[in-house]
Amino acid sequence: MPDDRELLDTRNSDQLLGDRFPGMAATEESVLAISTEHLDGDDVLARKPLGFLFWFALGWVALVFLAAVFANVIHLQSPNFQNYSALNQGPSAAHWLGTDDLGRDLLARLVFGSRVSLIVGFAAVAIGLVVGGTAGLISGYKGGRLDIALNAGSFIILAFPAIVAVIAIVTFWGASLLHITIILGIGTIPLMFRVVRASSLSFAQRDFVVAAKTMGATDTRVVLREILPNVIPVMVTFSLITVAGVIVIEGTLAFLGLSVNLPTPSWGNLINEGTSNGALSTDPYIMMWPALAMFMLLWSINLIGDRLRQRFDIREGVL
Amino acid sequence: MIGRRQHRPLEFKDVGSGDGPLLVVEDLHTSFRTARGTVRAVDGVSFEVHEGKTLGIVGESGSGKTVLSRSIMGLLPPRDVIRSGTVHFGGHELTAMDEAHLREVWGAELSMIFQDPMTALNPVKRIGVQIAESLILHLEMDKKEARSTAVELLRSVGIPSPEQRVQWYPFQLSGGMRQRVMIAIALACAPRLVLADEPTTGLDVTVQAQILDLLADLQRERHMAVILVTHDLGVVASRADDIIVMYAGQVVERAPTRTLFHDTKMPYTRALMDSIPRLADPSGARLDAIAGRPPDLIHPPTGCRFAPRCHYAQDKCRESEPPLRTVGSPDHLFACWFPLVDGVSTAPAVPVTVGRTAGAGAVGPDAPTGTTGDDPATGDDPATGDTRDPGTER
Repeated sequence: MPDDRELLDTRNSDQLLGDRFPGMAATEESVLAISTEHLDGDDVLARKPLGFLFWFALGWVALVFLAAVFANVIHLQSPNFQNYSALNQGPSAAHWLGTDDLGRDLLARLVFGSRVSLIVGFAAVAIGLVVGGTAGLISGYKGGRLDIALNAGSFIILAFPAIVAVIAIVTFWGASLLHITIILGIGTIPLMFRVVRASSLSFAQRDFVVAAKTMGATDTRVVLREILPNVIPVMVTFSLITVAGVIVIEGTLAFLGLSVNLPTPSWGNLINEGTSNGALSTDPYIMMWPALAMFMLLWSINLIGDRLRQRFDIREGVL
Repeated sequence: MIGRRQHRPLEFKDVGSGDGPLLVVEDLHTSFRTARGTVRAVDGVSFEVHEGKTLGIVGESGSGKTVLSRSIMGLLPPRDVIRSGTVHFGGHELTAMDEAHLREVWGAELSMIFQDPMTALNPVKRIGVQIAESLILHLEMDKKEARSTAVELLRSVGIPSPEQRVQWYPFQLSGGMRQRVMIAIALACAPRLVLADEPTTGLDVTVQAQILDLLADLQRERHMAVILVTHDLGVVASRADDIIVMYAGQVVERAPTRTLFHDTKMPYTRALMDSIPRLADPSGARLDAIAGRPPDLIHPPTGCRFAPRCHYAQDKCRESEPPLRTVGSPDHLFACWFPLVDGVSTAPAVPVTVGRTAGAGAVGPDAPTGTTGDDPATGDDPATGDTRDPGTER
């Protein structure tokens, strides 16, 4: 067996080394132990720790998620209950984050407001990923007229001034959570399409794709089994970054009064409330908490995306 | 296009064993349409491969070897590629098959080993999975069976501790190991013909030998035919039964390996042999490289395509294209007007640097030519008395 020869060669050279420089040679037993019981490559993937920051970021995202999901279960006040005996209060035992100028509990409003941001952020990107990602995979692999047509379509969507489109659609349809999600989802389709297409294109002519074909794989199989696994890391990273971007856009829309209607809280309109009517000078907490929460969430999502990219990028992972 | 087998499987097993060649390539042409013009990458290639035999295809970069092998497989993209001629494999005409049928031949009966093991494995899939896929696809194994077969295949290509290594990703393996995995994948479904496209180019010399020996062993065990495409005559010298030498998209010499090396007819083949460095040469000896580059395949030179680089080129060589012909033994074909005899050219001794005289280009192929007019330069073939009309162009 030729490879046993390779292993033997290492051992022999170690012995030679040992003859000349006693103490430097690995013993035969230890080399054999390495070669049979513990293969060096087995734990390559486990080597690089993700680090404290990653877990901190993940913890924050998880906390925001759990709070949003279980907002009705955990003992929170109603976000719209107005307590006129506690207006513009700072943090206290009764109101952990304080109250606003109508005496509403800021923690409750913050938690309920996160639902809008999270739903819009993740659902819109899911739409973009399913539609744009699928189109991008096929377009990049197939090329030809289909690719040209889909490309042109993506440019048309990209070229349309987004904020004008949103204002127009919200005016006609009304600003519900569903509408905002769909609009922003359509907005992310060309972004996802372009990124996935570029990545798919770069793998479409690789030898391993041709090799898979020579083994009898169909186009569908090639796209799903050969190209998709290579594109997924890019998809995940870019999706997370886009989620962060969509959350910001939703916040901007809410700040402009174009997202879900008051009194339903969202982080964007909470910030808006916190800055209107001079509230910034009388009660900065109103604006500070949602801004801080959003900042933390965006930072966490970006960091997670980045670390996952490093982790899953196998070529980089080796270094 | 989803699904495994929508077509009636082609019955290859009962065709062509023993009688007739396994692969017959006839007058295969493959051209690419480009902005500059049509590139004739493969220009009228014919050959046969018999069951269990090895055919070496040799030529320098740009001679059309890789396009030839992909063209035989039917792997070239449909757009801007013109292919004519026929390829019969096991009695079936590959050139007439649609892709759905080709997919049943690919991998199962006819497979390919790629040049660069670094890029021919999917970097994000475990090697075991990559081997098992075609087993599940073609041999309809279940996952467990495919997995244990993958382990056996890894063992058979000489990978130590295959039980653990099936779990590895390609980046965890060295180049030689990866090429072994490639071979395992290509041979997984026991194909009858393997096209190895420069299988050792990406590897260092010691590993090259190991890989080629491994391939030869497996070939003997499984009675496969192998087409070994390489630029290195040294690689095929001891391993191929027959050798085809390609130049500028055409076959210029074809012979059983021994004959080719002992009775080289074509100066190009000779030049390829001379360009292999020899250990016996004194240190500092200049390597006898072939001057110039392969011709432009959009506007190939008239006459013999090797003429512009040939030491022995005559006016006749520049004017009319030599046919692929035989002399003596019927299985030794070559395309040269002035073939070598015992390593010496039969061309009249014209200094290479002299070139053509003023009027030479205008005269016909049978006119006295060149600066040394006293030689019977053209007309009858001086070496052999070949009966064909020397002016025949193909």
